Amino acid sequence: MSGDHSTYAPRSGFTKWIDTRLPLPRLMHDSFVSYPVPRNLNYAYTFGGILSIMLGLQMLTGIVLAMHYVASTDQAFTSVEFIMRDVNYGWLLRYLHANGASFFFLAVYLHIARGLYYGSYKAPRELLWILGVVILFLMMGTAFMGYVLPWGQMSFWGATVITGFFSAFPAVGDWIQRLLIGGFAVGQPTLNRFYSLHYLLPFMIAGVVILHIWALHVTGQTNPTGVDIRKKTDTIPFTPYATIKDALGMSVFFLVFAYFVFYMPNYLGHADNYIEANSLKTPAEIVPEWYFLPFYAMLRAITFNLGPINSKLGGVLTMFASILVLFVVPWLDTSKVRSAVYRPVYKVCFWLFIVDCLLLGWCGSQPPQGAIVLTAQLGTLYYFGFFLIIMPLLGLVEKPRRLPNSITEAVLSRRQTSAGRPAGATAAPEDRG
Amino acid sequence: MKKLVAAALAIGLAAPLASVAAGAADIPHYPIKDPPRLSWSFAGPFGTWDKGQLQRGLKVYTEVCSGCHSLNMVAFRNLTDLGYSEDQVKGFAASHQVTDGPNDQGEMFKRQGKPNDYFPAPFANTEAAAYANGGAAPPDFSTIAKARAVESGFPGFVFDIFTMYTTKGPDYVHALLTGYQDPPKGMRVPQGGYYNPYFHSAAFLKMPPPLSDGVVKYDDGTPETVDQYAKDIAAFQMWAAEPHMVERKETGFVVIIFLAIFTVLIYYTKKAIYSRLDDH
Repeated sequence: MSGDHSTYAPRSGFTKWIDTRLPLPRLMHDSFVSYPVPRNLNYAYTFGGILSIMLGLQMLTGIVLAMHYVASTDQAFTSVEFIMRDVNYGWLLRYLHANGASFFFLAVYLHIARGLYYGSYKAPRELLWILGVVILFLMMGTAFMGYVLPWGQMSFWGATVITGFFSAFPAVGDWIQRLLIGGFAVGQPTLNRFYSLHYLLPFMIAGVVILHIWALHVTGQTNPTGVDIRKKTDTIPFTPYATIKDALGMSVFFLVFAYFVFYMPNYLGHADNYIEANSLKTPAEIVPEWYFLPFYAMLRAITFNLGPINSKLGGVLTMFASILVLFVVPWLDTSKVRSAVYRPVYKVCFWLFIVDCLLLGWCGSQPPQGAIVLTAQLGTLYYFGFFLIIMPLLGLVEKPRRLPNSITEAVLSRRQTSAGRPAGATAAPEDRG
Repeated sequence: MKKLVAAALAIGLAAPLASVAAGAADIPHYPIKDPPRLSWSFAGPFGTWDKGQLQRGLKVYTEVCSGCHSLNMVAFRNLTDLGYSEDQVKGFAASHQVTDGPNDQGEMFKRQGKPNDYFPAPFANTEAAAYANGGAAPPDFSTIAKARAVESGFPGFVFDIFTMYTTKGPDYVHALLTGYQDPPKGMRVPQGGYYNPYFHSAAFLKMPPPLSDGVVKYDDGTPETVDQYAKDIAAFQMWAAEPHMVERKETGFVVIIFLAIFTVLIYYTKKAIYSRLDDH
């Protein structure tokens, strides 16, 4: 992390004293000031910074909300409404936290998509990628349990449906389900343990984030060309260059976030969650939060039995596999070229994958009837086909475009083409002939 | 190869989508009719409460709805938001009997309401409410304006973001209260049910049409019609569900302006810093 590029020079006697005992300022300086980043990073690379801020924001608002929230099936719903009505700026805290979860996922999906597009998972960044998938897993658990806490209708029935998945596993299924909900049905023990875990998991996420950043700082960032850093001119120091670019990305992201928090705070949630949980009244349709919809669609796409695996278990396995497959992406992709910029066919497949995820999301939000089922099945097929067939085979048969020799070369050639255009425009007409 | 892959996938994805549109008609979908979108004083980025309307809504609630529907999370003291003075609120609270206790003899007792009391519920518990209303407990009004939202569908839900459409709840309440009508020919309405194509979860509901023209007297010259009553109670419910809405939007405006200026400053700072690099 520090080491060869350490340019930290303590100035005062105090910082020198610290540096010889606990070189934390040096670590920070080397990680966030002098740390060299590729000079061609674009705005797709700003989501890492955005995500760390979002994690911090979720923790801060969450800690204050926890001071007012009551984890009791009788009082949870009322206590959340109490926060909204009587706690000073309680409405702001809660709307920041609830919409914060959505924007956290928005940012993480864009971050992952960037990784898939520029091949950020390829050697030597396999562990960096895997740690990222671990964070995604923990985030999903945290978000799911957080959604249960307000104890609305969708909280309760979402918890019932999701924990019900586990009963599909043979032999241990029922035992796992009872362990998760602390009884035979979702109730007080479920709410208590979900509250406890919802408070714990973000700190585990923070721990894995530190490992994720550590791994990043060992291998260094990828860049849009996918070409490794070869010379000094390929990089620029993190501060001020990456810092200010991250700040701009973050600022724009927060503008959109603020629009939702202050003007459409309930747009991303489900209206039924403003009805207190009622175990005797099943909602017309149980849907998870938007960020789980593609996975929910894949779960429900398996409507047929496969030999000994019935449709329920098949659906659950498909859903878990849809995330587990991410762990092996570094080994599924056989291409020697990292970036999709130089992979014409992969680029098309990637964008189709994005469309596929959106389509699956739409299927997940609709009642599983008629053509929605078929669409979800085809969508699931492409989702797994992208990872398990396209990634391994395409790398072997695709003919990539010529790679630049270095980042500097790529940047300079871009400057020449962009500088060339105005020059051509001002040239005399006969020269253009 | 690139084109082949794209074409194959385009066909694969487009075919089921086309049949989605065709097949959707067979599935029973509630509400049968989407609520018309009305214009509300509190909609939009600069929306504010029409306090006269909220006061009329409170009158409709007190004289009609409160016989069956509770308003558990609203306290009398909150009514100062509606433009009432502290004394008026005291008087209004005193016109309600609330249960307090137990006293020093262990008995619950009734007393006059005080501003810090909550609106008393018309029934002792949900079971009593359900028993008195043909098996279905009338829902509480505290959050109902946020709990009722008719889905916009695709692509409407995308447009909603840009038109800042957040008044689904009041639109729904108004449509329901004004939407009672004779059932279409051939439809059998069960005993104790009332046909209403705007009801969110079935073709009919147990609540009889609660409003009729002239049932509540307005002293400010507002027309005493079902349509007006429905608008006023819907606005009142929106306030009850989101009492800090105006404060939220006002804060939001300041935040957005701040962030916009901040973003412009960062943009120019970024440009200045990157101009030091030879490739920019």
